Amino acid sequence: MNAPVKLDLRDVSTFPTRRDEAWRYSDFRRAAPANIEVATPMEAPPPGGPFAAIAGDELALANGYTAEGQGHAVLVLESGVQRLRFVTEAPSGGWQAKVVVRVMAGARVTLLETYEGQGAAYVANARLSFWLEPGASLERIVLLVEPADAVSVSAAEVTLATDASFSQTVIATGAKLQRHETTVFHPGQGANLRMDGVYLLGDTRHADLTTVVSHAGPDGKTNQLTKGLATDSARAVFQGRIVVERGADQTDARMRHDALLLSDRAEIDAKPELQINADDVSCAHGNTVGALDAMALFYIQSRGVPDAQAKTLLTQAFVGEVLERIEHEGAREIVQAFVSERLEGLM
Amino acid sequence: MLSIKNLHVAIGETEILKGLSLNVPAGEVHAVMGPNGAGKSTLSYTLAGRPGYEVTNGTATLDGEDLLALAPDARAAKGVFLSFQYPLEIPGVPAITFLRTAVNAQRKARGEPEMGAPEFLKTVRAAAAELKMDFDMLRRGLNVGFSGGEKKRMEILQMAMLAPRLLILDETDSGLDIDALRIVAEGVNAMRTPQRSMLVITHYQRLLDYITPDRVHVLAGGRIVASGDADLARQLEREGYDRIVAEAA
Repeated sequence: MNAPVKLDLRDVSTFPTRRDEAWRYSDFRRAAPANIEVATPMEAPPPGGPFAAIAGDELALANGYTAEGQGHAVLVLESGVQRLRFVTEAPSGGWQAKVVVRVMAGARVTLLETYEGQGAAYVANARLSFWLEPGASLERIVLLVEPADAVSVSAAEVTLATDASFSQTVIATGAKLQRHETTVFHPGQGANLRMDGVYLLGDTRHADLTTVVSHAGPDGKTNQLTKGLATDSARAVFQGRIVVERGADQTDARMRHDALLLSDRAEIDAKPELQINADDVSCAHGNTVGALDAMALFYIQSRGVPDAQAKTLLTQAFVGEVLERIEHEGAREIVQAFVSERLEGLM
Repeated sequence: MLSIKNLHVAIGETEILKGLSLNVPAGEVHAVMGPNGAGKSTLSYTLAGRPGYEVTNGTATLDGEDLLALAPDARAAKGVFLSFQYPLEIPGVPAITFLRTAVNAQRKARGEPEMGAPEFLKTVRAAAAELKMDFDMLRRGLNVGFSGGEKKRMEILQMAMLAPRLLILDETDSGLDIDALRIVAEGVNAMRTPQRSMLVITHYQRLLDYITPDRVHVLAGGRIVASGDADLARQLEREGYDRIVAEAA
C-alpha cells in the first residue's frame, strides 16, 4: 500500500495518479493543470448559502481565505448549528485551505458544510480535521455543488474519543473531478459512526466518495450506506474500507453501496473492503449496481406520469433511504428538496 | 368507444395476438375470457403501451383516436386505465404521493388546473373510506407490504381518483378471497356509467358473478373465436374452453 498522498497544489510531485492505489479511479494529475495559479482573494460572500434558512453560526472561506485573509481556521464548538462554507468565485486558479473542528465533550453539534463553486475551471483542496471529545456528537452534512470543469478535493480526518458519535451525509454532484475523502480513527468503546453518501451524476461529471474507518478498540459501531446514480457519460467511484484492528473485538460494522447505472456510457467503480484482524466481530458489506425496474417504470407511466417524472420518482425513492437518515429535520428537508431538483434536471 | 381491428402483436419473434378485433361501445362492460396462453395479458399490456409489445399490424382507437401511437402516460391522460394483475410495489414512494402525482400529471396533460392539496386529501379520504381502506396505509410505500386484497383495492382507489373512460381489468380476481372480491367488484360496479367502458379480462367466470358483462368474448390462439351474452360465460364455466375453441377452429 502506498503512503497516503498529502496533496499540495504548489508541488506537482504530490499530485496523485492512477498508479497510487487510493486514487486508482480518480486521476488527479490528469484532471488538474500542472501549474496552478494561486486564486486571488475575493470579497467575503454574503452570509447564507444553501442552508441559509437554518439559524446558526457561519464560517465562510472565499477562494480559500477567511474574512481575515487566512488560509486556515479553527472552530471550537459547543452545542448548536455551525455553517462551514467553501465558496469559490475565481474565474480560474487554485486554493487550498485547512479547517480544524473541535467538538467539546458532551456537546451536540450540527455542521452544515457546503462547497459552492461559482467560478470555472478552478482547483480546490480543502483539508479538514475533526476532533470529537468524549461523549461529543457531531452530525456533518456536506453538499458539494460545483461547476462541471472544476477539480475539487476535500479530505477529512476524524478522530473520535470514547462515547463520541459522528454522523455524516455527503451529497456529491460531481465536477471534472470531485473527490470527498473521510478517514476515521474509531476507538470503539461506545463510539458510534454513521457515514452515508449520495451521488447524483450526469453529463461527464466525476465524483469519488472514499472512506477509510479504522476500528482500534473493542465495542465500536460503524454503519455506512451510500447510494447513487450515474447517467450520460458520468463516472462514480465509491471506495469504502473498514479495518478492524487486533483487539477491536465485538466490533459491529456494516457497509452498503447500491447504485443505478442509467446509461451505457456511464461508469460506476465500487471497491468495498473489509480487513478484519480481530475476533468475534460482526461485519458485513454489500454492493449492488443495477438499472431502474422497467416494470415499475411502466406501472407509474400507465397512471399518466410522463417518463422523466416517473424516473425522478423512482430515483428519489432510491436515494431517499439515505436522506431519511439525516437527523437534523430542517437540514434534511433542504437536502431532500435539493436532491429532487437535481434529479429532475438529470432525468 | 374502444375499437380494435385486426390487431397483431409480437413479443420478440413470437406473435401472440393474430388478428384480434373487438368493439366496446360507451357504457358497456365486455368480458374477455380465454385459456392460459391465449393472449389475454398481451391484449391488456398492448392497450396500455407496455414497452416490448410490438404491434405489427392493425389498429386500436379510443373514440376514433389512435391509441397505439401514444406513450403510456399519454394514453392514461386520454382515459385508459389498466388494473394490473400483479400491481407493482414501489418502495419509498408513499401511495398518497403517487396518487397525487398521477392525478396532477393527467390534469396537466389535459390542460386542466392541478388539484390542490386540501381538495385532493378530501377526495382521497372519501374514496378510501368507500373502499374500507385504512387511510394510514396510504402513507406507506405504494403497495409495499400490502396483502393481495389491499393491492387490488389500491388499484380501485387509483381508478376512482383518475376516473378513466376505459377501464381494463386484468385478472382482477386473482389472489382475492370472496370478501375482498366483493369489495373490489362493488368498487368497479360503482364506476359503471353510460360514458365509461370496461374490458374485464379473466380466466374464470367467478368475477362475472359480481360484475355482469354486457358481452362476453372468447380469446384463443390470439384472436376472438366466439362472442355472446353473459350466458356464454356460464357455458364456458360448465363445459370448459376446449369445446368452444375446437368448434371455432
